[in-house]
Amino acid sequence: MQSQDDARVEAVTDLAVSIRGLRKEYGHKPAVDGLDLDIRIGECFALLGPNGAGKTTTIEILEGYRKRTAGEVSVLDHDPHHAHRDWRERIGIVLQSSADETPLTAREYVSHIGSFYPNPKDTDEVLEAVGLTALADRKGKTMSGGERRRLDVALGLVGRPELLFLDEPTTGFDPEARRSFWRLIENLKRDGITILLTTHYLEEAEFLADRVGVITHGHLVALDTPEGLRTGVDGAVVEWRQGGKKREKITRTPTALIRELAEKCANGNGEIPDLEVRRPTLEDRYLQLVDDGKEES
Amino acid sequence: MTATTLRRPGFWTLTRERTVAELRIFFREKDSLIFVFLFPTMFLLLFAALMGSMDVTEGMNSPIVVNFKQYFLPGMVATGIIYTGFQNLAISIPVERDQGVLKRLRGTPLPPAVYFAAKVIQVYAVSILQLGLLLIVARFVLGIPLPSDVDSWIRFGWVFLLGAATCTALGIAFSSVPRTGKSAGAVVIPVVLILQFLSGIYFPFSQIPEWVQTFSGFFPLRWMAQAMRSVFLPDFMVSQEPGGTWALGTGAIVMSAWLVVSLALALKTFRWSSRKDG
Repeated sequence: MQSQDDARVEAVTDLAVSIRGLRKEYGHKPAVDGLDLDIRIGECFALLGPNGAGKTTTIEILEGYRKRTAGEVSVLDHDPHHAHRDWRERIGIVLQSSADETPLTAREYVSHIGSFYPNPKDTDEVLEAVGLTALADRKGKTMSGGERRRLDVALGLVGRPELLFLDEPTTGFDPEARRSFWRLIENLKRDGITILLTTHYLEEAEFLADRVGVITHGHLVALDTPEGLRTGVDGAVVEWRQGGKKREKITRTPTALIRELAEKCANGNGEIPDLEVRRPTLEDRYLQLVDDGKEES
Repeated sequence: MTATTLRRPGFWTLTRERTVAELRIFFREKDSLIFVFLFPTMFLLLFAALMGSMDVTEGMNSPIVVNFKQYFLPGMVATGIIYTGFQNLAISIPVERDQGVLKRLRGTPLPPAVYFAAKVIQVYAVSILQLGLLLIVARFVLGIPLPSDVDSWIRFGWVFLLGAATCTALGIAFSSVPRTGKSAGAVVIPVVLILQFLSGIYFPFSQIPEWVQTFSGFFPLRWMAQAMRSVFLPDFMVSQEPGGTWALGTGAIVMSAWLVVSLALALKTFRWSSRKDG
């Protein structure tokens, strides 16, 4: 058998994930519709998109759980659908839902899953990394949602993966838990692990990801660094109050819009109520992309 | 990181790991502990208290008196095997599937064969402990005579090995039937209960209408119970069986047929993800 290090040297590309023309249909309805994407080794990539956009379908095809209808997929130089045990030893998976009410303790579970791998991490080290040291002897089923989610991450990490899939890892976390989770992911990035993350939280993608892909209706509508995506918006966000309601518009011609508003809805003083002009945030850009996607369908 | 010689864990190392986890999970769940593991013993005690004054040999011109609780014992032995093999797996696997445990395991390098091997060993380990407890309580608490000849225990051995294998395969095959983990108990328990009534677990089999006896002959529990009666009842009781025979050969054939069919179905229908998961 070939060691992992040899395999790494022999890797033909510096890509951890390569997707070309990926399609997945349920019935005749496409869930993923012609997706192209490359993820480099060592990169932290965030896939964003509304519910039902095809994020989980895509990630589960990459994880080898689902068959694709068409397209080319390569994960760590293997087709995940035909991948074997040696490939599974190199990836770590944190699934979206976490309903595992195990009567095993955190320590027992991590060490048990770790025993499947040729070179697992030390159980206590993993528990410490996810902040479960104090709860090491607590049974999974008596943990809170956030604690159990950290256990999920520990189970995904213990096999020392080269590529880690995190499907909505922080859903249900309080802000403090989310911050400490982000620090954990930063440490993993420093170790050189490639991470593919899906999330609903824009600030999470902005904080963690080297690059962000936005997916709606099964195809990629934007692909850039968080910074590039944010500054990719032409123009500015104009906010004002009209008829008691807060309004907002992203425009390339903010001056013209303000002139128009000054005529239409200025109050007695000639002022536009609650006028604000600002640079677009990642969230503005994201919502714009998702809205464009809606109009298109 | 320095390159170390990586040793991939072998089949038996993994099976041992997985079996230990399975046993921990089984014995830590109150449901499986009470309703699977202890149930046959509790039921034997209950029936002994309720019916202990009755003899099944009443009105028979028999050399030995056989008390109802002695008649009930082989039925509870068969019940223990069907609970631990069939009911336990047919309920716990859908729950594991719904909770994403199976999907998680499928995402690790654990070979599927190890998962199934550990399930089989779990069933055998649990039922050996379960039947051990049942027989100790039967002998030393209820004073039920146990067979003293080697032949009977050899027969007990093969009926147990074959019966547990059949029930395990059936349990894994049936685990694809319940739509959710929550509904699994409601789907599986009536099936077991009806089979028990049809197979003469709760009444002397001779008191059951002939067409029911015939009908129950299509299912393995009846033959397992009958074979266990041949172990735990005196030889002359064979006169109470249909056709005046323990029908061990037919029993072995029916149980083996179910074993083969269930294995084929289990291999074909087993799912690692829940239905809602596609």
